[in-house]
Amino acid sequence: MTLIKHELRQSRTSFAVWTASIAFLLIVCVFLFPEMKGEMDSVRDLFASMGSFTAAFGMDRLNIGTLTGYYSVECGNILGLGGALFASLLGISALSKEEKERTAEFLLTHPISRLSVAAGKLAAVLIQTAAMNLLLLLLALLSVALIGEEIPLRELLLLHGAYLLLQLELACICFGISAFLRRGGAGIGMGLAAAAYFLNLVANISESVRFLHWLTPFAYCEGADIIADSSLDGGRIAVGMLVAATGVVAAFWQYARKDIR
Amino acid sequence: MSEYAIQTTNLTKYYGKARGIEQVSLTVPQGDFFGFIGPNGAGKSTTIRTLLGLIRPTGGEAKLFGLDIRSDRERILSRAGYLPSETAFYPGMRVRDVLKLSAGLRGIDCAVTARLLCERLQLDPDRKVDELSLGNKKKTAIVCALQHEPELLILDEPTSGLDPLMQREFFDILQQYHAKGTTVFLSSHILSEIQHHCSHAAMIRDGRIIAAGSVAELSRTGARRISIRGQMDYGALGGVKDLRISPDGADFLYSGDMQALLAVMAGGTIRDVSITEPDLEEVFLHYYDSQQRTGKGGEAK
Repeated sequence: MTLIKHELRQSRTSFAVWTASIAFLLIVCVFLFPEMKGEMDSVRDLFASMGSFTAAFGMDRLNIGTLTGYYSVECGNILGLGGALFASLLGISALSKEEKERTAEFLLTHPISRLSVAAGKLAAVLIQTAAMNLLLLLLALLSVALIGEEIPLRELLLLHGAYLLLQLELACICFGISAFLRRGGAGIGMGLAAAAYFLNLVANISESVRFLHWLTPFAYCEGADIIADSSLDGGRIAVGMLVAATGVVAAFWQYARKDIR
Repeated sequence: MSEYAIQTTNLTKYYGKARGIEQVSLTVPQGDFFGFIGPNGAGKSTTIRTLLGLIRPTGGEAKLFGLDIRSDRERILSRAGYLPSETAFYPGMRVRDVLKLSAGLRGIDCAVTARLLCERLQLDPDRKVDELSLGNKKKTAIVCALQHEPELLILDEPTSGLDPLMQREFFDILQQYHAKGTTVFLSSHILSEIQHHCSHAAMIRDGRIIAAGSVAELSRTGARRISIRGQMDYGALGGVKDLRISPDGADFLYSGDMQALLAVMAGGTIRDVSITEPDLEEVFLHYYDSQQRTGKGGEAK
């Protein structure tokens, strides 16, 4: 418990900044919807006729003149990319920062097992990810209510749920990598999140590269699919969670036997 | 319960192919004040970090309080206090928070002892650790190592960064802990520290223990420090080391036959002579020196 509290305290500023930034963009985006809706007739045709760009963002299958369509494209990108970057950074720095900042020697000469250290740090990552998503969901619901639209509760819950799972998957993969690093890996974390994001855009463009969907968690966050099916893609999520579990197991395995220099 | 606070047998650590320590065998009885001497890079920190479970040994065994370092790490660490040679703390924390975190990670409350130690070391617990001088960072680390009143203290170069007055206060505190039964394992390259405070010591060089025993024994090698005022024929003598000739006389370490020395001195013109036991520093340099000569074939200084 001491360790979890300490971890949360250490990263409270970064948590606040990331959450506030994503929340701000998300709310601004929602507040723009009434204005967009008025001009939507012309805009919709424009957005629907940009070829592969339209396909990349799923706008060929969504009507961005509706709140759910608009929200899943615009807000989905903010929440998706922002959340993915934050979760990846949390995961990648969790274990490696101790060696980078040379505090590992302090922490690991206390009577606490390596596995407990890893578990405490993982818990702190998961708590922060969950807390951020809960806050963002509440703010999203509130801002939709404020613009006077009816709240599409099921769709919003599904979308936010999918993004939470995506963040957990990326955080766990990065957590696994973190155990192998001796220095910070912010670049690796952000690179991984960005790669996953763009991989999904590419996979959306053409049928011939559709298989790339299996390589990126953004595939199960595709608003067009979630809203059309009114459910999440269980198969892809199962694969994602399996990958996440592998990351966690790798982290524990490596951290328990690692030489701290 | 083991009578040894530390016992290692052929403890070996390689970093890949690079030598860390080789075949290190040490015994430190409970309640001892033990010195661990060696030049920088000799393997002192590697030995300590292996004992504390920060790195895994390549070979050999080590037990603290009779508990194995591989399988009983947490039980060992709950009874030990460690002062690292370089201290780093989490940014943004106050000294008080660091001490509380350390106690919290041990699952105990030692606020009273912490306050007393801070007062003795003149450390302000409300300061932020990022803003502390090297010496004050060291003091924070000292309180972390001592506040839970451990049975064994492992100190790696503890006095670096402390001014002489603080060094004295620090050793006073250590002596008090020692008097209450704490085993102290003091790693240092400052020989006078070891000679003043330790009853036993081991010397490490190039990853290997080259000598171990009581400090009195280690100092007693049969060699003598000879200072002469006057003239004599030094060339006729064997067993002379560290010879420094001045216009007025000479000064050297002598490990040869005493009768031969007296005979040569009788043949010279000696106005004054002093024969003393060399201090540990000289003994250590003597070991260091002879190893270097056999190792590299170079000339002794």
